[in-house]
Amino acid sequence: MAEINIRAVTKTFGKTTIMEGVTLDIRNGEFVVILGPSGCGKSTLLRLIAGLEEITAGEIAIGGEVVNRLEPRERGCAMVFQNYALYPHMTVAENIGYALKVAGVPRAERTARVAETAKSVGLGDLLDRKPGQLSGGQRQRVAMARAIIRSPRVFLFDEPLSNLDAKLRVQMRHEIRRIHNQIKATSVFVTHDQHEGMTLADRLVVMNRGSIEQVGTPSEIYDRPASTYVAGFIGSPAMNLLPGQLVAARRGVMLEDGTLLPLPGGEGLRDGLMVQVGIRPEHARMVSPGRGRFDARIDMIEELGAARLCNLVFEDIPFSLLTDARPALAPGAVVGVGFGPGQTHLFDAGTGARIETGAGVSQTDRNPARLRGAV
Amino acid sequence: MRRACFKFSWIAAALLAPQLLIIFVFFYWPSAQALYWAFTLEQPWGGGNTWVGLENFRKVLSDPYYWSSVRVSVIYALATTVLAMSMALTLAVFVDRQLAGYRAYRVAIIWPYAVAAPAVGLAFQFVFNPGAGIFSYINAVAPGWWDLSRYPWQAVTAIVIAGAWKQVAYSFIFFLAALQSIPRSLTEAAAMDGARPLRRVLDLQLPLLTPTFFFLLVINITDSFTDSFGIVDTLTGGGPFRATDLMVYRIYADGFRGFDYSGAAAQSIILMLLVMALTFVQFRYVERRVHYT
Repeated sequence: MAEINIRAVTKTFGKTTIMEGVTLDIRNGEFVVILGPSGCGKSTLLRLIAGLEEITAGEIAIGGEVVNRLEPRERGCAMVFQNYALYPHMTVAENIGYALKVAGVPRAERTARVAETAKSVGLGDLLDRKPGQLSGGQRQRVAMARAIIRSPRVFLFDEPLSNLDAKLRVQMRHEIRRIHNQIKATSVFVTHDQHEGMTLADRLVVMNRGSIEQVGTPSEIYDRPASTYVAGFIGSPAMNLLPGQLVAARRGVMLEDGTLLPLPGGEGLRDGLMVQVGIRPEHARMVSPGRGRFDARIDMIEELGAARLCNLVFEDIPFSLLTDARPALAPGAVVGVGFGPGQTHLFDAGTGARIETGAGVSQTDRNPARLRGAV
Repeated sequence: MRRACFKFSWIAAALLAPQLLIIFVFFYWPSAQALYWAFTLEQPWGGGNTWVGLENFRKVLSDPYYWSSVRVSVIYALATTVLAMSMALTLAVFVDRQLAGYRAYRVAIIWPYAVAAPAVGLAFQFVFNPGAGIFSYINAVAPGWWDLSRYPWQAVTAIVIAGAWKQVAYSFIFFLAALQSIPRSLTEAAAMDGARPLRRVLDLQLPLLTPTFFFLLVINITDSFTDSFGIVDTLTGGGPFRATDLMVYRIYADGFRGFDYSGAAAQSIILMLLVMALTFVQFRYVERRVHYT
């Protein structure tokens, strides 16, 4: 077990910069999920920790020891690969026990540990099979067992669930979290699936274009996204963003059609700043026309079972809201949209950065500086 | 497994015809002709032949020189195959690891495949020449130590090296392709599991290469029995003292220099049966150890 300290790490391939100045501290025993779209550098960061790629600049330390120059085998990390990377010519038992065999563990002890580990992930009776004879979920378990058996200081997961079907993915997600709770090794999990990120993580790291956008607990990130990018990435359906201009005198934002949205607090705002106002679909309500903050036209209503997703259009901007009611409204009808002042998020339209208005959603005693994490 | 069945169609037959014609003209026809000649006494200048049954085979097989030719052919085949495949594998592993300059090596190693056998023989004629190049220096120190035309073991070594050199390229291409088809993540997983490069080669890459290995074994052995003529002819001419008189070279020498068409035909049949038997043995006993994944 160990903490991981990533300090100003940069990675370039030839002339392409994949990652620039990434700094992140992962605590001992913590489950950190790195979240981001494909190509944002999240897998590269994982491979840099593992030692499968060379660090161009900066420093990575595991357990206080700088590992830049160490080979993967010397770093004490175990990795679960996206395609599992099982050795096709070896049986399940040989796959799980390979690291021990390389380390020169005697056969008897090896067999016992393989059997024990296989049992803990529910593979007890498949030890003599070859990977080709296993289902996707079983292969995933072998990959897990192969990582667990080494009792590594650090677990690395590279999108391990993306090849599974939806049901199995949820099941394996629970299993991974259960195993983490048991062995409590520091874990870094890379995914592009926000549900995996939200459910698994002690802390989430949201990455975009090779740098970290925000670090925080899943609820911190949901409640106070640090940028329009994070706001749009976390939460499903995505947060609505409406362009407008700050009017300091009236402590609100003037939308393009002249509607004024009041802001909570509102001290120290820069008058005339172009901003974007964010409202999550689940925080907006459908009301009678004229009774809400503004009126919008229904474009389409999607049935989700537990709720309805109403896709509206306001001033040519799409706006979606979730409602429990079953509105008997046809596309084209005009409805009012209501939301409380505390349920809006404010972002600088130029930089995309969050503007603290002195009050936010579910206002707590959290320190915004720490929220931004180690960006 | 379900098999697709097709009705007979003239178009299909017409499309197959050129290929079948080529195989017929260049393989079945000459083979049948050789088989026929092997059982007759053929006159070199034409003018009829006589049926002699197994007499040609009896004569060939009772010739002690023929048996020494079989022996040296087997030695040559095994030695070139082992040498060529081990060199090809070593080179392929290094190119696959993408050591510095691997692109240049890759091209350089593939080139010899494009060189014709007589050209290879001629090139090695210069390399092994006792009066010029490297060996002239050795001979200057130890006069007469190296001379292909005097020492049988040196002549055999020379054709083995030249033959292997020519075959390295072919095996290299296949080994490299097979190595590169091993998913990168497997190698990475093994590296994470603590295996060093050599260990990864032994535990991971070699087992996954066995299908390629087997294929190359069959091809290389067959090739070294049937395709060694050009090298022998230019490098040693079968000598000294018939030490490099490989079966295929002897067929040429007896048939086209000695005008013993019938004897050469009988030897061709024996060579063909020998290669077929060896291939059968390989499929029967070696293929069992191959992992197909």
